Amino acid sequence: MTIAQPSRPVAARRRSTRKQRRLMLIGAAGAVLSLAAGLVLFAMRDTIVFFYGPTEITQKGIAPGTRMRLGGLVEKGSVERGPGQRVAFSITDTTTTIRVNYEGLLPDLFREGQGVVTEGVFEGAGRFRADSVLAKHDETYMPREVADTLKKQGHWQPGAAGPSPVPATR
Amino acid sequence: MIVEIGHFALALALGVAVVQSLVPLWGVSRQDRALASVGSMAAVTCFLLVALSFGALVVSYVRSDFSVENVASNSHSTQPLIYKLTSVWGNHEGSMLLWVLILTLFGAMVALSRRSLPARLRAGTLAAQGLVTVAFLAFTLLTSNPFRRLVPAPAEGQDLNPILQDLGLAIHPPLLYVGYVGFSITYAFAVAALIDGRIDAVWARAVRPWTLLAWVFLTLGIAMGSYWAYYELGWGGWWFWDPVENASLMPWLAGTALIHSTVVMEKRDSLKVWTILLAILTFSLSLLGTFIVRSGVLTSVHSFASDPQRGLFILGILIFFVGGSLALFAWRAPLLRQGGLFAPVSREGALVVNNVFIATSCATVFIGTLYPLVLEMVTGDKISVGPPFFNATFVPVLVPLLLVLPLGQSLAWKRGDLLGAAQRNAAAFGFAVIVALATVAVTQGGPVIAPLGIGLGVFLVTGAIMDLGERIVARASGWPAILSRARGLPRSAWGTAFAHAGVGLSVIGIAAAAWSTEAIGELKPGERLTSGRYTIVLESVTPRNGPNFRAEVARFQLFSGNRELAPVEAAKRVYVARAMPTTEAGIRTDWLSQAYIGLGDTQPNGAVAVRLYDKPLILLIWLGAIVMAFGGALSLTDRRFRLAAPRRATPSPVAAQPAE
Repeated sequence: MTIAQPSRPVAARRRSTRKQRRLMLIGAAGAVLSLAAGLVLFAMRDTIVFFYGPTEITQKGIAPGTRMRLGGLVEKGSVERGPGQRVAFSITDTTTTIRVNYEGLLPDLFREGQGVVTEGVFEGAGRFRADSVLAKHDETYMPREVADTLKKQGHWQPGAAGPSPVPATR
Repeated sequence: MIVEIGHFALALALGVAVVQSLVPLWGVSRQDRALASVGSMAAVTCFLLVALSFGALVVSYVRSDFSVENVASNSHSTQPLIYKLTSVWGNHEGSMLLWVLILTLFGAMVALSRRSLPARLRAGTLAAQGLVTVAFLAFTLLTSNPFRRLVPAPAEGQDLNPILQDLGLAIHPPLLYVGYVGFSITYAFAVAALIDGRIDAVWARAVRPWTLLAWVFLTLGIAMGSYWAYYELGWGGWWFWDPVENASLMPWLAGTALIHSTVVMEKRDSLKVWTILLAILTFSLSLLGTFIVRSGVLTSVHSFASDPQRGLFILGILIFFVGGSLALFAWRAPLLRQGGLFAPVSREGALVVNNVFIATSCATVFIGTLYPLVLEMVTGDKISVGPPFFNATFVPVLVPLLLVLPLGQSLAWKRGDLLGAAQRNAAAFGFAVIVALATVAVTQGGPVIAPLGIGLGVFLVTGAIMDLGERIVARASGWPAILSRARGLPRSAWGTAFAHAGVGLSVIGIAAAAWSTEAIGELKPGERLTSGRYTIVLESVTPRNGPNFRAEVARFQLFSGNRELAPVEAAKRVYVARAMPTTEAGIRTDWLSQAYIGLGDTQPNGAVAVRLYDKPLILLIWLGAIVMAFGGALSLTDRRFRLAAPRRATPSPVAAQPAE
C-alpha cells in the first residue's frame, strides 16, 4: 500500500506544523494516559483487597462485612467437612483463631498445620466466610504474609517451615 | 569430574564475557579493526563455554548424580528420562544457567550473522550484550551455583516438584527465556546506537528481526504457560493476573509496541527516539520480570524461595542496566537527528496510536503488579491486586485499540484516507455486528459483554482477511493474476494479517469464556453430573501407579447432549518422594471447546468430589496465540531481512567517524 504521493510543499510552515503536530500527539497520548490513570484510581478504590492475620483483625478493629484476605495456619483437628461441599476450619496465628466457612473444593495442598490464604468476607465475632482458598504450588511453600504474621507472633522457625531450595517455575 | 569441568567452563565464560564487553569498544575508539572484531570471537567462545557447562549439568541429571546439590534437590532416580532432562531447568540454579545459555547464544548469533552491520554498531552491540552476560554469569556463579557438591552424597534425590513433571513445562521455560532474553539484543542495539550517536533505517532493519524472533518465542512461551496452568493446576483457569504472569506479559506488550514502532522507523525514518526508549524499556521489563520471579518480593501462586542475597543481587543488576541505559538515553538521545514529519491520518499515525495504547496498557499492568510492593514498603499494609483490578483497567485501555486496529492496518503510508479505510472495513464490521447479534439470539440472556467480545474478535479476523484480499484481488483479474499477486505480496504483509487475525481468535476465545459453566458434585459410580452442554457419568475409580507416583484414576463416560464422546480419565496423584498430591485434570476436546474434569477429595462415604466445566471455544485463546506467533515468523522470513542492508546506508567501517 505504499503509494508514492508528491509531498506537499510544507517547508514554509514546517516549524509551526511540526510543533502543532507534536502538541497534538502529546495531547492524544496525555488523554489516553489520563484515562488510564483515572481507571487505575477508580479500580484501586473498589478492587483492592487487604491482607490480615487473625490477630490483626482484632487489633485493627476490622468492621464486619469487610472483604479481605485472611492467612495463617490451618489449626490441627479443626477441619469439619460436610454436608456436601461445605468445609469449616480454623485459621490461627497461635494467638488468635478465626473460624472459616467455605463451600467448594479445596486445593490439593490444603492440610492441617499448613499455611493457607483465603479470600472472603469477615463476618464479625471471629467468623469468616471464604469464597476462595488459594492453591499453592509447593508443599514447602509458606505464603509470605503467613510467614510474616508468624514472625510477628514469634512462632517462626525458618528451618522448620521448609527447606530452602524451592523450585522456580518460570 | 564432568561437574567440575562444567563449573570451570562457566567461570571461564565469565572471563571471556568481560573481554567481550570491553575490548570491542576500545577497538572502535582506537579505530583498530582487529581489536574491534575480538568481540565476535569472544561472543562465540562465551557461548561454547556456557554450552559446555550446560551440557555438564544435563549429564549430571541424566546420570542422577546426587553428589551435586542441585540434582539431589530436584531429581529422583525413578523419574522418567524426559523429566530428568526438564528438571535441569525446573529449579532456580539450572534455569539461570539456561537463561545465560540463551543470552550467550543470542550474542553468538549476532556475532555470526552475515548481515552486513556497520562495524561500530556490531561492536557496540556485542559489548553491551557482553556486559549483560557478565552480570548474569556473575549472579549465577556467586549466588546460584548449580554445580555445588554435596558431601556426603545422598542416596536418593528429593524429586522434582510434581506439578512441574509435565511435558508442557518441558518446553515452557525455554520458549519463554528465548523471548525474555531475546530482547537483550534489541537492548544492546539501542545502547550501541546511543553510544554511537546515530540511528537510522539500517538500525531499524537490523533490530527488527531480533525483536520479531524474541516476540514470537515470548508469545508461544506465554501461551504454553497459560495452557499448562489451565490443565495442570486443576481449576480450569488460564490467566490469573498473577505477578509472575504479569512479569511475562509486560515485556510482551512492550515488545509488541516495539515491533510496530520499528516498522515506522524503517519505512519513514521517524519515531527514532521513542523506538530507542522502547527497546530499552522492553528489556528492562524482562529484567524486572526476572527480579519479580527470583527474589520472592511478591506473593504469587507460583511462589518461589525468597533468598534476600539473590534478590539484592538482581536488584543491583536491574538498577545498573535500567538506570545506566536510561541515563545514557537522557544524555545521548538529544543528539539523535530528528525524524521525519508525518500526517496523523496515515499508517504511521495509526502505528503511533498502537504504541500509545499498548504502552498505556502496559503501564496499568505495571502499576497493578508493583503497587502492592510499594504500598507494603511505605505503609506496611498488605494488599492483593487481582483480576478485578486488571479487568477494570487493562481491558478498557486495550479494547479501543483493537476496535480501530483494522482501520489502521488498511491505511496507506504518508497520507491515508480515513473515510476510504472505513469503507473498506465496513463489510467486515457489518459481518461482525451480524455475528454478535446472532450470538445474542442463540445464547439468550447470557452475559452482555460476551457477544460484544465475539463481535470484536470476528471484526479483527475478517478485517485481516479482507485487507489481505484487497491487496491481492484489487486490480487483478483472473486466478493466475491473483495467484501471482498473492505470491508477490511481501511476507511481512501476510505476517501482519496472520498476527492480527490471531489477536481476533484469542479475543473470541476470551469472550466465550464468559459462557463457561461449572458444576460441583459428589459422585458414586453410576451417578451423573451436568454442566452446560456436557454430562458425565462416573464409571469407576481405580488405583494405578506410575514410576514415581501413586494415582487414583476416575473414569467417566462423557455426553454432549445425547451424543456420546470418548470416555475421560481424571486422576489424583500422590508423588511418593515429596508425599505431595496433584490433580490431573481430565480434558476432552470437542472441536474448539473442552469438557474439563477436576477431582477433589474422596468423601468418607466413598463418593468422589468432582468439578465439571464446560469451556466453550476455549482452545481459540491459545490457537490465536499460535496464529500470532506464526504471523511473526512469516514476517521474519520477509525478503528484506534476508538481504543485506542497502549498501549506500552502510558507512565504511570503523574509520568513518571519530568516536566519542
